[in-house]
Amino acid sequence: MAKISSEKLNSKIPEGPLAEKWTNYKAHQKLVNPANKRNLDIIVVGTGLAGASAAASLGAMGFNVLNFCIQDSPRRAHSIAAQGGINAAKNYQNDGDSVYRLFYDTIKGGDYRAREANVHRLAEVSGAIIDQCVAQGVPFAREYGGLLANRSFGGAQVSRTFYARGQTGQQLLLGAYSALNYQVNQGKVKLYTRYEMLDVVIIEGRARGIIARNLVTGKVERFAAHAVVIATGGYGNTYFLSTNAMGSNGSAALQCYRKGALFANPCFAQIHPTCIPVHGDKQSKLTLMSESLRNDGRIWVPKKLEDAKALQEGKKKASDIPDEDRDFYLERRYPAFGNLVPRDVASRAAKERCDKGFGVNNTGLAVFLDFKYAINRLGKEVVKQRYGNLFDMYEEITDVSPYEEPMMIFPAIHYTMGGIWVDYELQTSIPGLFAIGEANFSDHGANRLGASALMQGLADGYFVLPYTMQNYLSDQIQVKRFSTDAPEFVAAEKAVNDKIAKLMAIKGKRSVDSIHKELGHVMWEYVGMARTKESLETAIKKLAEVEKTFWSDLRIPGEANSLNIELEKALRLLDFIEIGKLMAYDALNREESCGGHFREEHQTEEGEAKRDDENFSYVACWRYTGEGNEPELLKEDLNYQYIKVQQRNYKN
Amino acid sequence: MDKNISFNLKVWRQRGPKEKGMFVTYPMKDIPGDTSFLEMLDILNEELVNKGEEPIVFDHDCREGICGMCSLYVNGHPHGPATGATTCQLYMRRFKDGDTITVEPWRSAAFPVIRDLMVDRTAFDKIQQAGGYVSINTGGIPDANAIPIGKDVAEEAMDAAACIGCGACVAACKNGSAMLFVSAKVSQFALLPQGQAEAARRAKSMVAKMDELGFGNCTNTRACEAECPKCISISNIARLNREFVKAKLKD
Amino acid sequence: MWLLNSSVGRKVIMSVSGLALILFILFHMSMNLVAIISPDSYNLICEFLGANWYALVATAGLAALVVVHFVYAFILTLQNKKARGGQSYAYTAKPKGVEWASQNMFVLGVIVLLGMALHLYNFWAKMQLVEVMHMIGAHVNTDLATNGVYYIKETFSCPVYVVLYIVWLVALWFHLTHGFWSALQTLGWNNQVWFNRWRCIGNVITTLIILGFMAVVVYYFALSLCGGACCAAC
Repeated sequence: MAKISSEKLNSKIPEGPLAEKWTNYKAHQKLVNPANKRNLDIIVVGTGLAGASAAASLGAMGFNVLNFCIQDSPRRAHSIAAQGGINAAKNYQNDGDSVYRLFYDTIKGGDYRAREANVHRLAEVSGAIIDQCVAQGVPFAREYGGLLANRSFGGAQVSRTFYARGQTGQQLLLGAYSALNYQVNQGKVKLYTRYEMLDVVIIEGRARGIIARNLVTGKVERFAAHAVVIATGGYGNTYFLSTNAMGSNGSAALQCYRKGALFANPCFAQIHPTCIPVHGDKQSKLTLMSESLRNDGRIWVPKKLEDAKALQEGKKKASDIPDEDRDFYLERRYPAFGNLVPRDVASRAAKERCDKGFGVNNTGLAVFLDFKYAINRLGKEVVKQRYGNLFDMYEEITDVSPYEEPMMIFPAIHYTMGGIWVDYELQTSIPGLFAIGEANFSDHGANRLGASALMQGLADGYFVLPYTMQNYLSDQIQVKRFSTDAPEFVAAEKAVNDKIAKLMAIKGKRSVDSIHKELGHVMWEYVGMARTKESLETAIKKLAEVEKTFWSDLRIPGEANSLNIELEKALRLLDFIEIGKLMAYDALNREESCGGHFREEHQTEEGEAKRDDENFSYVACWRYTGEGNEPELLKEDLNYQYIKVQQRNYKN
Repeated sequence: MDKNISFNLKVWRQRGPKEKGMFVTYPMKDIPGDTSFLEMLDILNEELVNKGEEPIVFDHDCREGICGMCSLYVNGHPHGPATGATTCQLYMRRFKDGDTITVEPWRSAAFPVIRDLMVDRTAFDKIQQAGGYVSINTGGIPDANAIPIGKDVAEEAMDAAACIGCGACVAACKNGSAMLFVSAKVSQFALLPQGQAEAARRAKSMVAKMDELGFGNCTNTRACEAECPKCISISNIARLNREFVKAKLKD
Repeated sequence: MWLLNSSVGRKVIMSVSGLALILFILFHMSMNLVAIISPDSYNLICEFLGANWYALVATAGLAALVVVHFVYAFILTLQNKKARGGQSYAYTAKPKGVEWASQNMFVLGVIVLLGMALHLYNFWAKMQLVEVMHMIGAHVNTDLATNGVYYIKETFSCPVYVVLYIVWLVALWFHLTHGFWSALQTLGWNNQVWFNRWRCIGNVITTLIILGFMAVVVYYFALSLCGGACCAAC
């Protein structure tokens, strides 16, 4: 059992009624005057929705911003791949939406494991995000009357999702990227592309800079600033196969953890129900099909096992099975929400059917998402207009046209709700170190609703961090710019170089990817969609073996002091292994089922997740205790004052 | 089910921007048709690493056709023979058993090779930084529905905004021109009321930056449009020309 | 000056000079047709466009247009070659929808220019130039200087010239089918709807122009065959 600390965490939630907390905070927070802003430097690591919007906003306010990304351009960040949309409580559809309802849906969707004050603030600023994006020239979908269009998404009974075809993430990111470019043009933001952060530098208890490796030259460099912001996304690639980009990694977050920042709720990983199923062992990633497809597609498997068997053996096609022999299991189990239940519920229901032998492809790990009914109801043209690009993408990958045959889908790792622990100000447990977007843990509890990731990333970057950052920096104005010659920088750089040298010296026989696949396999099998005490204990043992293999058998060709893609991947893999262990520890500790975390020991008779609010209504925060030691657990209790905590019900 | 195929892969290898590159041919055996082109390269790289050789360096990230990072010139086409798709969306079932597949980097003076198939596209960022934005700060914005925008206009702006900045247009153009890329951004903003206030300034500064960075002159061959993975239309180039000429005549 | 130092500006120069030249050859073609309908009227036109001040000014203007069009084509081609970079692709394929002409405008242009040189030697040097020489006091015979029909007959009775002229006109056809819509595109007078319209209009105009020119060549060649006359120059 993990060591539990009784230390109290101060989440700095402002006083006052829920709806006034943020207003009160802003009214009383400390500010930095414009003349002083010029003298303060801020490092932002990451250029996704959160990173780019934060860097642009901080630059616009007058701070000097250094913005880092591992790709060749800020526009490549994986936010770009978000398809479906962004939620905002605008109530443009006059269907009863409000800030409170968005707040409520988010808390409920997160299975009552998110902090009330943060989520309410998120809902409050959601509307301003849409205003901001429209002003940037984001071409959102519109109605003929010229006003903005909305669609519905899982976990909500109102239509509050704004979208730009199936490329909402792209358009929002390009909006933030354009804001960033404006600040680069104004000289307020300096970009460092193809740089990877490898450590955070702490001086006298405060974050004062980073060590980053120039990925083209291989040179390890030092960068100083008054504050450091981590906006590097999630750690879904721990599973090797996920919907994340190939380069997405958890290393920046993990360096913060190693330097003392707490890592919260690592076991909360979201499994997205609508991905293209795994087809072979050479596959490099899983492709997501937008959740918006569930608006018009109906999910089913055969009612009869013999039909499922015939499908698996390729003896039957979906169209051979008559309607009365089809089991629309989501509509059957959850009449009120039907195919639009939250992601965790949909994913588990698919797994449940496949475990019982009703899977529909050759591996038995897929269910149908059928558009026959939508085509009959709306006509092929309308369906094509709504989902044409997604259908084309599906056909290119699988060689099957969704207009003719139903899509085959299966859940895949998609998003990590867990992340670096932050307080109300988005500051980690290390002063001066902030975490925003998917990299922090704050707003989604145990499960994130569709179209809320974009909302949170932009809320943090545009409208939260630029305020709270000032509250921190207001007493830093006397602090002169740091020299990177400080002993802390020298030591941190040396540690990084030593680590790289150690990796290069292993000279084993295995490629990074082969070990990463092994890690992914362990994670998916034992820390995947359904977890048990035994599986998690096995995982911890197996992860130690993977780590051993890594340190004894890894091979990195080439040199460290030049471009070396294998070295880049090895550094990330090392951190993924550590994150994997954290996830297993956390999942083992959390003896309940909630959101994306499902412990088979804790389910209702109908197979629904059974929460234990009595014992687990807290944020599990993990503290690093040194190489090879088990981490220490700190608890931040969740007190719900404005919402009645209840069992999630999507049935009626 | 897809069949397995075997083929020869002729890949450009180059240590650095200043060094001389050359083709190296790798025989590939029994690759399943449902493998993506980049997964096929992963397989080859795995083999190379297992032999202790350095893997082939190429840019890639999202592997779902949207980040614009992948940039391979396959058999004479940027992003390969498939239309409306990026390299990562290219599947091996498009090739035949016994083929020789030639893989080259984007070739353009403005995109120097970094290593092997990886090129430097920061020139695109620089063009965007010259004016590819609406000059507003965060906050203090009127309601999103304050200015109605016709559905058709919004759709046309979206068509232009779909550009992923991969550089296939430059790679395909015999003139190494970046007009399709520049025009897509200029068009998006020129169509929307939010971008119109500084449309003239934007067109001028982005074209000036494009010229400065050594991209060629557009001669309307339409190769860019034909090879664009997002099917961006050259009507955007006409709009850019219009915006630019209009702006200059006003001066 | 934006026309000279921006890529779009340079293209505008190409486009405007090109369009002006198209207008000129449209007029030239109409004039030539008169040679078929009424040889006498044609000669009247030749006289009208002889060494008169307005015709000379127009000729100088035309020459300037051709020089500008060619010089800029040369500069742009050089710049574009440089922008392409030192290393060329080992494997090239023609993308769908790309006209052959559009990628070979410079080569086509050179052929057109060579054809023009021949044409100037065949006609202009014997007509307007002779008149000009006469005016400045040179001893030349001006008897035939305004007799365009005579030179047409003489030139197109020779099969070699006929073939050369046809090659020239075909090259011009290719050059203009791309040049026409491309010029409008460069000026910004294009969009998704008008793209196909301009191309169609361009193809029709170009084809009419070329057919008009060819009609004169073929007509007089046929005439020479019927008349049994043989080319003196051959």
